[in-house]
Amino acid sequence: MEKFKLNPKPTWKELPIASMIPQPATSRFYKTGDWRSFRPVVDKEKCTRCGLCWVYCPDGAIRIVEDGSYDVDLDYCKGCGICAEECPVKAISMVEEVEE
Amino acid sequence: MAKRIAIECSHAISLAAKLANVDVVAAYPITPQTHIVEKLSEYVADGELDAEYINVESEHSAMSACIGASAVGARVFTATAGQGLALMHEMLFIAAGNRLPIVMAVANRSLSPNLNIWGDQSDMMASKDCGWIQIYAENAQEVFDFTLQAFKIAEDERVMLPVAINFDGFYVTHVIEPIIALDQEEVKKFLPPRKIPSYALHPDHPTTWGPIGLPDVQTELKRQLEEALRNSKTVIKEVWKEFGDMFGRYYDFFEPYRLEDAEIAILMMGGHCGTARIAVDRLREKGEKVGLIKLRLFRPFPDEELIKLTKNLKVLAIVDKAFSPGGLGGPVFTEVKALFYNQKIKPEIVGFIAGLGGRDIRVDEFMVAVERAKKALMGEKIDKGFMFLQVRE
Repeated sequence: MEKFKLNPKPTWKELPIASMIPQPATSRFYKTGDWRSFRPVVDKEKCTRCGLCWVYCPDGAIRIVEDGSYDVDLDYCKGCGICAEECPVKAISMVEEVEE
Repeated sequence: MAKRIAIECSHAISLAAKLANVDVVAAYPITPQTHIVEKLSEYVADGELDAEYINVESEHSAMSACIGASAVGARVFTATAGQGLALMHEMLFIAAGNRLPIVMAVANRSLSPNLNIWGDQSDMMASKDCGWIQIYAENAQEVFDFTLQAFKIAEDERVMLPVAINFDGFYVTHVIEPIIALDQEEVKKFLPPRKIPSYALHPDHPTTWGPIGLPDVQTELKRQLEEALRNSKTVIKEVWKEFGDMFGRYYDFFEPYRLEDAEIAILMMGGHCGTARIAVDRLREKGEKVGLIKLRLFRPFPDEELIKLTKNLKVLAIVDKAFSPGGLGGPVFTEVKALFYNQKIKPEIVGFIAGLGGRDIRVDEFMVAVERAKKALMGEKIDKGFMFLQVRE
């Protein structure tokens, strides 16, 4: 992956014309996970591997793990809670993010 | 070779767009702009102009298509008026904010209600903060020349901004006038094909335009736009000078008339300057020291240039063909008042609202305005500094 080259806090003179982004696919560098106030936690004992959390996640932040279970990509999960709501066996709980 | 021809003003602008060899025209017909786009679609249909003519379902779509076309590097033209410009409003800001050179003719028309297809400047003035360069023309020759120059100004790497050429609906658009038309070879020399910027939209080097801008970038983006508008003054001057050197017609931000020893001057934009000149002549015959300043450039506003030009004036009578209800007067009037507030030496500035919805401003009405403005000098001020010149009381 090409490195993210843009200065995140440019002055108005450093800003590219019209604040255009001269490099493709930069949203990958934009970690939206820090918007989150609640974090989904998967209970692997309860999880039946049905994959509905993966289907419903609006951000593609649910990953399939090698053992066939699911976990959450916390770099991008915004903590909306749809996965916890949709899980048919209530294997996902939303835990409040607390600053340490 | 340049040739003297008689042409309808609307067609003069179509001819200029054709000579500029535009790549894309996206427009929706609306009175009093219709003749401009009718002629252009005819040029394309007859094979006289190799351009993509996009029939759109609204002005909002017209400007959207122009934005896309300009972003890939095409030379783009459109035209509208009144309600059409209002419907475009949202996209005007996007064209300027994304720094896309587009040339648009605005056949200035009053905004509804009532349904009024006639000329005043309330359409463009309602969108004056859209970030476009805004030029006002008085006649067919100016419209023709300004359109050719506008492409060169807009596409200059130091500018990269859209330009609106304003001219009065009907009073100018539908009038047949003599102009000196340039031929294709002459225009080619002045206006080569558009240089496509390295960052133009292209599948081989993807770029993103107008993405989400969080609060931490919007201020910098707007500051950059302000700088682009301010700097464009230099380029406008350069392009107008180059045009003058090549074809003998020189333009400036102002066209002063009998201003040398004048104590009072009318200041206004657009086609009624012709009538104002006759009023100036009549008042001069009576021994009054009156002149006229025709303002051509509204954005960027020629601030220091106006201060210099008016330094010997005692009174400025500003005639606006638009106003802001509940505000402090017409747009040119409030602009000029703001400009002079911090100046030590300043003229009395008196505002008049006139010519709304196509009402003609007659010679005697200009003379009444000058007489009324003069009274401000003796302390007889107008409430709030401005008044409706032609309203039935």
